[in-house]
Amino acid sequence: MKRLVLVIALIALLPDAVIHAQQPPPSPTVQEEFVPVSALPQAEQLPAAPLLIAAYAFVWVALMVYVWSLWRRLSRLERDLADLQRRVPKL
Amino acid sequence: MSRLFVPLLILAAALFAAAPFVVANAPFEETMGLVQKVFYYHVPSAMMMFVSAFVCGIASAIYLFRRSAVADRIAQAAGEMVVLFGLIVLVTGPLWARKAWGVWWEWDARLTSSLLLWMIFLGYLLVRRFGGPGSEKLAGAMALFGMANVPFVYVSVNYWRTLHPKTSVVMTLAPGMRAAFWFSVAAFVILYVLLLTLRKRLEDRQATVEQIYLALEE
Amino acid sequence: MTQFLRVAWVVMRKDLTIEMRSREIVYTTVFFAASCVLVFAFALVREGRPLEDAAAGILWISIAFAGTLGLGRTFERERHTETLRALMLAPSDRPAIYVGKLMGMLVLLAIVEAVLVPMVGLLFHAPVFARPLWLAALLAAGTLGFASVGTLFAAMLVRARSRDVLLPVLLYPITIPVIIAGVRGTAALFQATPDEPMARFWAALLVFFDVVFVTLSLWTFEPLMTE
Repeated sequence: MKRLVLVIALIALLPDAVIHAQQPPPSPTVQEEFVPVSALPQAEQLPAAPLLIAAYAFVWVALMVYVWSLWRRLSRLERDLADLQRRVPKL
Repeated sequence: MSRLFVPLLILAAALFAAAPFVVANAPFEETMGLVQKVFYYHVPSAMMMFVSAFVCGIASAIYLFRRSAVADRIAQAAGEMVVLFGLIVLVTGPLWARKAWGVWWEWDARLTSSLLLWMIFLGYLLVRRFGGPGSEKLAGAMALFGMANVPFVYVSVNYWRTLHPKTSVVMTLAPGMRAAFWFSVAAFVILYVLLLTLRKRLEDRQATVEQIYLALEE
Repeated sequence: MTQFLRVAWVVMRKDLTIEMRSREIVYTTVFFAASCVLVFAFALVREGRPLEDAAAGILWISIAFAGTLGLGRTFERERHTETLRALMLAPSDRPAIYVGKLMGMLVLLAIVEAVLVPMVGLLFHAPVFARPLWLAALLAAGTLGFASVGTLFAAMLVRARSRDVLLPVLLYPITIPVIIAGVRGTAALFQATPDEPMARFWAALLVFFDVVFVTLSLWTFEPLMTE
């Protein structure tokens, strides 16, 4: 069951990695003539792609870390449960 | 719920695998261009944060007034969801804002109240962890105040001057964006249900272990 | 209804009577609030003069800190003598006990504010007597909002672990909107020409917070305090 979850999660990650490895689509506006950097509209002055990628990457990382922490707690509990069930017949 | 779990998991994985393609194919927004695409993860996360705050608040009220242990476990799970999705909102938002507004953060009504909502539920988790015996009830009260806070956070952007987009944006999206957005929302809803179920199951196991410990001590 | 009010009145009188004997909490809390104002005044001084618009913020922060301290101390006294459990055993309306404790807390904070407001006016050249009624209304509404949540949580935390650090952790995120509204309204009043419509807006918002917080607190006090 746990392995199935892990495999499915990895499969879901793959196309995401492929998309982010590709170049981002070109900016919709095309420059016709020379425009000094200071006169460019605000949107041109910071590359958006790193921010976008960082945002999406963070979402994935946060979710993965959470799922991993759930997994860890669940394993510890199941170990405790098995331990207890061994002790119970001894009573 | 257990029978639906694996099918929903596969569906969620499929949706999230398709999401980057769907988002990449959505039309560009006029003023913000590429960075606006954070919207497709930022807003569904915020929606899940609000939904979870309501789930936690209602479950806490049921626990406080009906003493239902199951409601308490759902509340604990939902509380963690608020913090998780809230963290996503509070990190993806500034990453978007850096490009769209020029600053990482602004102390306007929407951002401040969202941060406070997140901190209320962070306090909820802290109380449950470190409050000692009887802390579930106190945490329940926190959750109720947190739930009361959510409508305020939601409408704050309509009544105060702020850089943050207003609530009318979601209902007036362009058709191409609308499909991508609701696709993302569907993916996040299923993910939320799955995570909530998993976390509640963890709480159930925890309760079982504690019962056995107690029975052993007798 | 009258029974409810009578119980609340009795609880408040009990608290104030005990407090008047030693006056320990009043003196120490007022002194602490005054020290807060002084610390902020020194920290925000430029060329021997404090920052112009700092008065409103410093006033409300000092009230919030003093309130947290006072809440902790008042309920610590309850915990020490186990009177809270005795109160819960009494055959009276639980919310009435909450209201009594809240009123006692409001009296304490009113005394603190009576000292702080002239002090802030003096140190920061703030026109505290320009619109005294509006200022009093803002302070009353804001203090009620802060104290209503604070009394609920402090009463709950009496039996909890780590209670000293948990009270601010739980209280501040919920009451910061109240503080913000109070600061904004007070800042509007402290301007060269007091902005009354602005102060009225923030006062209305404070009243809205008060209604929500007091209602929630009354509703949850009983299930929270019963074992």
